[in-house]
Amino acid sequence: MIEIEHVAKVYQGRRVVDDLSLTIPDGALCVLLGPSGCGKSTTLRMINRLIPFDAGEIRVGGEDIRRVPPEELRRRIGYAIQSTGLFPHWRVEDNIATVPRLLGWSQQRMRDRVTELLELFRLDPETYRHKYPHQLSGGEQQRVGVARALAADPAVLLMDEPFAAVDPIVRDALQGEIARIHRATGKTIVFVTHDIDEALRLATVIAIMERGRLAQSGVPLEIVENPASEFVREFVGREAAGLKSLALRKVSERLQPGDGAAGEPIEAAASLRDALAAMTARRTDRLPVVDAAGNPAGVITLADLVR
Amino acid sequence: MIGCGFVTLAPNRLVSGRPVTLWEAGGAALVVAIAALAALLLISVFVTAQRLVNWAAALIAAALLLTTLAAAGSAAAQLAAGTPALARVSLGAGFWVLFAVSALALIDAMQRVEIGGPAKLAVVAALAAACVGMAEAGAFDALSLALEYRNRRAEFAAALGRHALLVAAAIGPALLVGFPLGVAALRRPGLQSPVFAVLNLLQTIPSIALFGLLLAPLAALAAAAPLLAAFGIGGIGPAPAIIALITYALLPVVRSTVAAFGSVDAAVIDAGRGMGMTPRQLFWQAELPLAAPVLLAGLRIITVQAIGLAVVAALIGAGGLGTFVFQGLGQYAGDLILLGALPTIALALAADFLLQMLAATTSRRTRP
Repeated sequence: MIEIEHVAKVYQGRRVVDDLSLTIPDGALCVLLGPSGCGKSTTLRMINRLIPFDAGEIRVGGEDIRRVPPEELRRRIGYAIQSTGLFPHWRVEDNIATVPRLLGWSQQRMRDRVTELLELFRLDPETYRHKYPHQLSGGEQQRVGVARALAADPAVLLMDEPFAAVDPIVRDALQGEIARIHRATGKTIVFVTHDIDEALRLATVIAIMERGRLAQSGVPLEIVENPASEFVREFVGREAAGLKSLALRKVSERLQPGDGAAGEPIEAAASLRDALAAMTARRTDRLPVVDAAGNPAGVITLADLVR
Repeated sequence: MIGCGFVTLAPNRLVSGRPVTLWEAGGAALVVAIAALAALLLISVFVTAQRLVNWAAALIAAALLLTTLAAAGSAAAQLAAGTPALARVSLGAGFWVLFAVSALALIDAMQRVEIGGPAKLAVVAALAAACVGMAEAGAFDALSLALEYRNRRAEFAAALGRHALLVAAAIGPALLVGFPLGVAALRRPGLQSPVFAVLNLLQTIPSIALFGLLLAPLAALAAAAPLLAAFGIGGIGPAPAIIALITYALLPVVRSTVAAFGSVDAAVIDAGRGMGMTPRQLFWQAELPLAAPVLLAGLRIITVQAIGLAVVAALIGAGGLGTFVFQGLGQYAGDLILLGALPTIALALAADFLLQMLAATTSRRTRP
């Protein structure tokens, strides 16, 4: 659990973070979202003491972070950044083992951990272990960067716009991997982005920031359907918010009993947005719905989507 | 090339000589050999560049270089045989042109064969060994340059050693002062412009003027502190020379330190800190190895610069190879000037070559 209480940071007379309070439960993937300059990266970097704060308190796992020596704290918290910051003069395996080496792990244990992480990111260990960062594609570098952040198995992982510099196709794949790894490891992840779609896709909790203050925090659906202020409404995208909320809701929430719909059925676990896309593509206003096992579960109509 | 003098013949060491062609001095066989090698080299330029052709070109260029040297020695020996004892045979324009052309061809061919550092070192060492071997065998004994050397053999060794010592004594302190100064300028950007302003100003002072400026204070210091004078500190001699060399080396040291550490990716530093590396670990494991190639390039510059500048130090009695240069200038004896100048050039080239090799090995990837 990460508890941020009344934290403030003044930089050159400007309050870049202003009385910010936020609690991130264990196992959450909390996205700090906002326009550039809203203080989201500063907030992230205060959690591992890369930036000192002027007021308030931050606790990680119940412990006041100012009571822990900064280097010791940082070795317990994973850190991945946009430009990866991989050491260009070290091989992939040495890069990944950076924190384990600082912690004094044995060679064998480091080797095994590197293998395990490369497999987790679907990079063949024997092919990639000995490569240098410049021999990797942008997406592979980013995977190694995140693998390095996870190397010493930290309970908390901080990610600062990790996918902002890669192309949309690679970004989509990396987002899928982070979602998968989050589910598989149950880490508490704090993820900074300015991309609302990335936030909606990954987050279990979203905290939207506006000029150093917390504008709203909550689960994605709540942010999209009940924006707390004009700023949040604007950021979520007004009209486009309707589509975003369809993407967050499942067919099972709106389906009706009965049959009478023809064609390829859609799964109850699919999103309403997928249902809309299928209707549009097939020029129909109703789809049959099946459950996970493939048994008929009902019907969904165009009218149900806008209900 | 054939028309102008390959060597010159003078009645004694102080007057200018008359040009003598290789044909006249060395005979037809040498001319034919050199012409054949030069023709082969010319042909190699027009053949499609392949690895084998490049190797052949390198070999021919090396052979041409050594043949040119041998021809100079042999021409001198034949000319000297029929002249009075005081007559001198010096290297002429034809020799220098041929020497320069074959050296350039060799360098060019070596670059195109793309051999590794150790192999390059071996080739250079082999060439140097061949030259030394020819000298030991007496191939150059009749040349005026060799006569000048024989007359000053003991002095020469001392001057060479003194020259190297002057350079080393300047570079050590320049690094000890300049490196921390550069690091400080990086940590505090406000410090950069005053530091560079002062160093730039020092750099613009001509070396002779700097010696003049140092003369009075150092003489006064030596007079006030006899202990310092006992260590050789004085208005003239090595002390002002070393101080001047340090002064000139400071700007390049500070500049390359700032450039080297400034070129390290900020994201690498951020990631290193964020993962819990201490400033010391970050410096030794990331910043220094990543900055090393630029730092070594800077070291190359100051070493070559100091070797050249140290020649001037002879003016104020600091010794070194410059002694011969200035003696030669005073006596109007060209070969004596060469006796100081050629080893200086060789020293600078050798230092440049070795540091380049060192830079190449450090820029290879390292492991933590």
